Amino acid sequence: MHIAEGFLPPLHAAAWGVASAPFVVHGARALTREVKANPESTLLLGASGAFTFVLSALKIPSVTGSCSHPTGTGLGAILFRPPVMAVLGTVTLLFQALLLAHGGLTTLGANVFSMAVAGPWAGYGVYRLLKKSDVPLMVSVFFGAFFADLVTYCVTSVQLALAFPDPAGGVAGALAKFGGIFALTQLPLAVSEGLLTVLVMRLLMQSSKADLIRLGVAKLTASREATAR
Amino acid sequence: MSRNAKINTLLLLLVAALAVLPLALGLGEGKEEPFAGADGQAEAAITEMRPDYEPWFSPLYEPPSAEVESALFALQAALGAGVLAYYFGVRRGRRQGARAAAAAAPDAES
Repeated sequence: MHIAEGFLPPLHAAAWGVASAPFVVHGARALTREVKANPESTLLLGASGAFTFVLSALKIPSVTGSCSHPTGTGLGAILFRPPVMAVLGTVTLLFQALLLAHGGLTTLGANVFSMAVAGPWAGYGVYRLLKKSDVPLMVSVFFGAFFADLVTYCVTSVQLALAFPDPAGGVAGALAKFGGIFALTQLPLAVSEGLLTVLVMRLLMQSSKADLIRLGVAKLTASREATAR
Repeated sequence: MSRNAKINTLLLLLVAALAVLPLALGLGEGKEEPFAGADGQAEAAITEMRPDYEPWFSPLYEPPSAEVESALFALQAALGAGVLAYYFGVRRGRRQGARAAAAAAPDAES
């Protein structure tokens, strides 16, 4: 989902930057508020950022015969709500833009919008919807992470289609092309990300149940995970 | 192995299978560059559709070779994995400490 440096026309690059900035600023406030109110959250916040660091560094083969990487933003969005993830995702994208020439500074706004804003919000929305209905927690977590991952790549496809409409098929034609490159490749990776997020959430259930209860993810009573040990 | 550990192992195996299957089934065959990055393919698609498009900015720093780049990617993953491992290590230590304290407390009273 990394749009390479210089690969968005200046106007598009600026527009996505303007669109992302308020989310990141709001996220930074939410992050400092969380750390001040609950200093014990710092460690788990670090772990959520670390999860994104690991997952977005792993390029995994996919059914389309190309490689792509998960985003790891679903976990943090579920634990700390999406605004916090806007910051953690931006840090990851900055690291990659500055050190790895992966993504870029001019395309940072667009990449932040897809990976650190749209993805986390979509995943969080799905997670909340499922949590309200009567499905097991881990099912909500799986689909939350799945959609955070997939929506990120769909947004990237839209961003590129808007900037580079197909000479013949227009924006829709370009969307089909970029969607074929990104979204299709991403499907199995989104499943992988869902499974890995469930795995980490299960480990957190064992190790940090109190934190999960405070964050509203786990309930005091209904936990087969805790009793099964 | 406890039921919990079995489920966790199964999750990891599923993820590994999802990554290995495309390779094992040879899904990259017939491609110019099997298993190239999707990001790079998008770049190629842009230059194909709009041959006149010139990237108007270039990265401030670019890893000088594929080796250095993969090293930096490995560094990114290692940093993340290190912090995650630290987190779970601290948690485990705290739980063990709490358990030991709870076990020792009744003795101290009597």
